[in-house]
Amino acid sequence: MSETVLAPVSAGIDGPSGPKPKRRFSRRNIFVYGTLIIVALYYLLPLYVMIVTSLKGMPEIRLGNIFSPPMEITFEPWVKAWAKACTGLNCDGLSRGFWNSVVITVPSVILSIAIASVNGYALANWRFKGADVFFTILIFGAFIPYQVMIYPIVIILREIGLYGKLPGLVLVHTIFGMPILTLLFRNYFTSIPEELFKAARVDGAGFWGIYFKIMLPMSLPIFVVAMILQITGIWNDFLFGVIYTKPDTYPMTVQLNNIVNSVQGVKEYNVNMAATILTGLVPLIVYFVSGKLFVRGIAAGAVKG
Amino acid sequence: MLTGKAQDGVMTTQERPNQLFRNISAKIAALPMIATALVVFLGGTLWTIFYSFTNSKLLPRLKFVGLDQYERLWTTNRWLISIENLLIYGVLSLIFSLVIGFVLAALLDQKIRFENTFRTILLYPFALSFVVTGLVWQWVLNPDFGIQKVLRDMGWTSLEFDPLYNPEIVIYGILIAGLWQGTGLIMCLMLAGLRGIDEDIWKAARVDGIPMWKTYLFIIIPMMRGVFITTLVIIASGIVRIYDLVVAQTSGGPGIASEVPAKYVYDAMFTKQNLAQGFAGSTMMLLSVLIILIPWAYLEFGGRKRV
Repeated sequence: MSETVLAPVSAGIDGPSGPKPKRRFSRRNIFVYGTLIIVALYYLLPLYVMIVTSLKGMPEIRLGNIFSPPMEITFEPWVKAWAKACTGLNCDGLSRGFWNSVVITVPSVILSIAIASVNGYALANWRFKGADVFFTILIFGAFIPYQVMIYPIVIILREIGLYGKLPGLVLVHTIFGMPILTLLFRNYFTSIPEELFKAARVDGAGFWGIYFKIMLPMSLPIFVVAMILQITGIWNDFLFGVIYTKPDTYPMTVQLNNIVNSVQGVKEYNVNMAATILTGLVPLIVYFVSGKLFVRGIAAGAVKG
Repeated sequence: MLTGKAQDGVMTTQERPNQLFRNISAKIAALPMIATALVVFLGGTLWTIFYSFTNSKLLPRLKFVGLDQYERLWTTNRWLISIENLLIYGVLSLIFSLVIGFVLAALLDQKIRFENTFRTILLYPFALSFVVTGLVWQWVLNPDFGIQKVLRDMGWTSLEFDPLYNPEIVIYGILIAGLWQGTGLIMCLMLAGLRGIDEDIWKAARVDGIPMWKTYLFIIIPMMRGVFITTLVIIASGIVRIYDLVVAQTSGGPGIASEVPAKYVYDAMFTKQNLAQGFAGSTMMLLSVLIILIPWAYLEFGGRKRV
């Protein structure tokens, strides 16, 4: 198994430059690559099973085993998952959840990043008395279980008339995205040389002037990191979606769970798997496109758990 | 993490008579943060704790019953099972994800080819939601079609591998899924820690003829104490919250064999109209996180001032 991966290694060295080449098939290398390949296969297995299952017809699923590739490829399950699968009385498939999730995610990402970046900027460059206290509370909020805050938020949303509505959920995502994003932006802005800030102050720029003319243009990478973090985080949310929205406005994850775990009817595993892939597709695309930035984002956003 | 540069110089440039109006745009800009911190995080938490001493049912009511809710909580079988599950899942998930995450990071740190490819593969489950994770593994572990059937078809007819339908081992079925989803992240954190270690340490260890595994065990790991502790806090506070994975994979079943505290709290609040029970449960969850969090915060931030 390890040979296949090691083959390009020997092809890559063609000149006598660089350090002394090591033996390529040493026991150590075989162990390292062998283990990594086995682990990688294990990690890929569920994705493979999902894809394969979603392309089979139900008769084939009942007969064969889940690992065998489909004998006859059919896209019927995908169509059904997207447009016809039922949750309760609605039979218009996951598409409804998809658009709900889009409508939830887009404003939540924009609003949470706008607010958190300004917060981070105020904390990094315009420190005022008591700022650290609020910030510490905010960071604690990233760790403490959401369950202790769920119900008070229900009451607040009900008071302002947003309970069960999409703007309410957007507000909730903004609130719970705030700790980690504020930390992210604060740390980034702190690393920007102070002289720039001081020079702008001398030139008479104010709070917003410095933010829009200096800080914002200088920190586009961190905005991208924050976006990756928020898009995947909000798209994948289940708990807030199920609490703060109604069946009509359920996000995709909640609808997916309702489709797959519904007790009525015959289980259509191929449709279920197609629906599961569809739900995972957006974060997966974000992940594969963003590459290293995603790693940076999660290293900073790991506290979201 | 939390210590920033003090900007005293900036603040004193703008002396105004009224303290409150100094730096006013910054204060206005920080209002959302202040409101979130005070009203939602602090206020909400205190509110929940406060109402956990009442007998609120469908709606919050101020009729105090002392510690009754907690007494009921700790005599309810479902809560006890939830706690037991959380302990098993938590301890095993901590151990396995730290060990596997570290070993994988160490393997990736061997200056190998295709490091990015391997990292991409090992981390992709983390991009997926717990709901997706739970549903995939529900399918892979399905006794009639999944791994059990495949192995039986291969001739191992007596094999019993049915974690999701066996109350004794269902929590391990969830653990398999949770580890699949989360170890990639731990690996990345560990890898960042390993990259932060001075190359000279390795050279010195090699010169002294210390074998690789000993270098890791006795030199590198002790040096990475900070990374380990931070990772531990991150995993632990995530574990206490575990909810979607269980809902998607088993819905708490079979029976109530895979219930977890977060699900108990949700059900009490939103399906059983037993608000105060939910508040008491969530307060217990908060307590368990604080037990982890406070010593860590003390070590991390209290200790730094002395240095």
